Amino acid sequence: MLQIRDLTKRFGGVLASDGISLEVPVGELHAIIGPNGAGKSTLIGQLAGEISPEKGQIFFNGCDITRLPTHRRSALGLARSFQITSLFLDFTVLDNVALAVQAHAGHSFRFWQPARKEAKLRGPARAALARVGLESRADVICANLSHGEHRQLEIAMALATAPCMLVLDEPMAGMGPDESARMIALLGELKGEQTILLIEHDMDAVFRLADRITVMVDGRVIACGTPDVIRADAEVRQAYLGVHKARHHG
Amino acid sequence: MRDEVILLIEQCLNGLQFGLLLFLLAAGLTLVFGIMDLVNLAHGSFYMLGAYFAATFAALTESFVLGAVLALVATFVVGMAVELIAVRKLYGRDHLDHVLGTFGLILFFNELVRLVWGPAGMNLPLPPFLSTSIEILPDVYYPTYRIAIIVVALAVALLLYIVVMRTRVGMLIRAGASNREMVGALGINIRLLYTLVFGVGAALAGLAGLIQAPILTAQIGMGENILIVALVVIIIGGIGSIRGAFIAAIFVGLVDTIGRAFLPEVFRMVMTPAAASALAPALSSMLIYLLMAVVLVLRPQGLFPVDGK
Amino acid sequence: MNAVFTARNLVIGALLVFLALLPIYVVATGQFFPLTLFTRIVILALAATSLNLILGYGGMVSFGHAAYLGVGGYVVGILAKEGITSGFAQWPLALAVCALFALVVGALCLRTRGVYFIMITLAFAQMIYYVAVGLDRYGGDDGLTIYRRSQFAGLIDLSGKVQFYYLCLALLLAAIWIVSRLVNSRFGMVIRGSRSNDRRMRAIGFPIFRYRLAGFVIAGMMCGLAGALLANHTDFISPAVMHWTRSGDLIVMIVLGGVGSLFGPLIGAVTLLMLEEGLSRVTEYWQIIVGPLLLFIVVYAHGGIDGILASLHRG
Repeated sequence: MLQIRDLTKRFGGVLASDGISLEVPVGELHAIIGPNGAGKSTLIGQLAGEISPEKGQIFFNGCDITRLPTHRRSALGLARSFQITSLFLDFTVLDNVALAVQAHAGHSFRFWQPARKEAKLRGPARAALARVGLESRADVICANLSHGEHRQLEIAMALATAPCMLVLDEPMAGMGPDESARMIALLGELKGEQTILLIEHDMDAVFRLADRITVMVDGRVIACGTPDVIRADAEVRQAYLGVHKARHHG
Repeated sequence: MRDEVILLIEQCLNGLQFGLLLFLLAAGLTLVFGIMDLVNLAHGSFYMLGAYFAATFAALTESFVLGAVLALVATFVVGMAVELIAVRKLYGRDHLDHVLGTFGLILFFNELVRLVWGPAGMNLPLPPFLSTSIEILPDVYYPTYRIAIIVVALAVALLLYIVVMRTRVGMLIRAGASNREMVGALGINIRLLYTLVFGVGAALAGLAGLIQAPILTAQIGMGENILIVALVVIIIGGIGSIRGAFIAAIFVGLVDTIGRAFLPEVFRMVMTPAAASALAPALSSMLIYLLMAVVLVLRPQGLFPVDGK
Repeated sequence: MNAVFTARNLVIGALLVFLALLPIYVVATGQFFPLTLFTRIVILALAATSLNLILGYGGMVSFGHAAYLGVGGYVVGILAKEGITSGFAQWPLALAVCALFALVVGALCLRTRGVYFIMITLAFAQMIYYVAVGLDRYGGDDGLTIYRRSQFAGLIDLSGKVQFYYLCLALLLAAIWIVSRLVNSRFGMVIRGSRSNDRRMRAIGFPIFRYRLAGFVIAGMMCGLAGALLANHTDFISPAVMHWTRSGDLIVMIVLGGVGSLFGPLIGAVTLLMLEEGLSRVTEYWQIIVGPLLLFIVVYAHGGIDGILASLHRG
């Protein structure tokens, strides 16, 4: 489904992406972990089309999307959620998701009929909200939601675009234990239906959900494999897990 | 020497002079934007104030140079006052708010000037030692004052270059507004810095204004028209970049001056005199905007964009 | 129902009733000045409404919108001078030229964002201003007198002050209605979403450039219509109509009235122009008050008058 080959990106003197190669087959939940500054955000940026790589290629569903603009990637079925919540704060929750549906429901050069009355948009929007458990909050203004609900909404919007693959950037960022548990459950349900690329810091979630894990440090991939392999990998332990476990439990 | 060549040399010098003048304006604009992320439409008002101050002080002290120096100081002080009282409240807000707020300042200053100095403009006569002409080439004379403008403006440009390239403050300017953490790390008082930068920007605009005053007289609203040209300069050069402002300013100055001087000629060669005289004035005015449009198509961020904008 | 009789709705309702009945008062008292003033207010409110579509709802701060007033007005003026006085020819052509101009300028400007966008729209508007100044045949800097208003084959006589006023008012109300449909349509959602969070819009798959451009063209055309009306109203057109400070006035009207509200531009136009009228009787230097007042509004009264009224309701 997704193939990244030798992706390289430099910012001034810093090599944010150093020849990254990665593959995510259909139906897999692939997690990427790594300490802060490892280059995960840069990688997502290049996947999404916001940053353009100097070298390397990205193949999605067989198409070379390396130079494709962001909206075209979404049209091809690549949906993403944002690490720092990026929503339409002045619209209602339902409006937010309906917009995501609208983007994939034909053109929007319709100037007369109210979009809020289009069942074609509202129906799938409500379905996506139900999927993540937000249907009761449909008419609330987005700015008035809690942080955890924002993160859920991010997922709903990604789902509403009827994607082939989800790229989730730290969906559990800033969540408390209850909300995290709900999110893990949700991701577990989605796991069977979608191909997922998950960037996360929450090791609990990662090791429970992932089929395979890629570990990144300083812009490079230092290990890639099943959770057991990664847990056992000495280099990973030294570079990352040890430090992280200490922080996680401490 | 042939007349056309002499004319070309003169126009090139005029273009250079205009370009340097634009640079003085553009530098202040781009400085303020680069460091404080603020669109200051009232920049043209400082240009106007510089001219009026110079005319007033020169008349009072009966010295052109002293008048000019006092005008610079006055404009610098007014600039800082404006920052403290009004502009400070706009930081971090929507660009629309900046535009509106500074637009309000323009209205205020235009009326203030009218109130204090009256609706008629003011003259700034040149002292005798600047009213002469220098023989720059055999039999080719060019006004001393215009040479003086070029020299002064180049000196200021050089000074700016040294400050930007060699001092800690300069590092901030080059890094741009996105690096506020750096400001703290360098131990610089950010509020004071902003006030000073704004004042310096105002002073640069005032300098440009007082330089133009002997040629064009001080007038109400004189800042608005040239402000737009300064905006075109920083769009072409890249907002936030002083180097870009310099190169773009010279470029725009040359294109505008030489274009206006020679476009009618060129038109007369390819079309009827009637058509040429109808189209030439309109099109010469459009030249720099067409230039801007071309740059936008090829490089929307300008020629020397500051990274991270 | 309580929600209908909000302070905001009451003010708008009262204003509309006032505007509708004004000519009756004017004809009864024989004092035509208020009608002239309010015709101008209504025309500028139309221009401001068109700008509100892209600025208030779309977040595109175009500082060159008055250019369309000029373009629309000049098409009418130039055609009138060349002997074509039929409104059926002039007005559609004015709209078409404005659409074309908006298409070209928009295609260039909309590639930029934020501050660049503001400055570039400003620069292009000033370019058109200088082109008009250079048009010697059509008056140049002095402007062009229009000796005969647009003719509509007897359907309506634009020289009749009351008829003309009602035409302007009708067009304004039609425009507000059109804008209300636009902003709630699919297209409107895209425009508004782009204002709210354009990065998000691209991420969910919208090619927002084309929609913004469409909005730009629609707004330009609507403003061109206002320009045609203005030219008829003053029997005159000059480059001054599209000086960038006039574009500033339009923005002020929108912010005064309340950004992104349907009747905001009308309220803002009424307020600004009445303020100017009133203040100019008090002092010649009224702009010295308007300037800081603007600054004050920007800093403290963010939602404009509409915002103030709405907060009264929430109370």
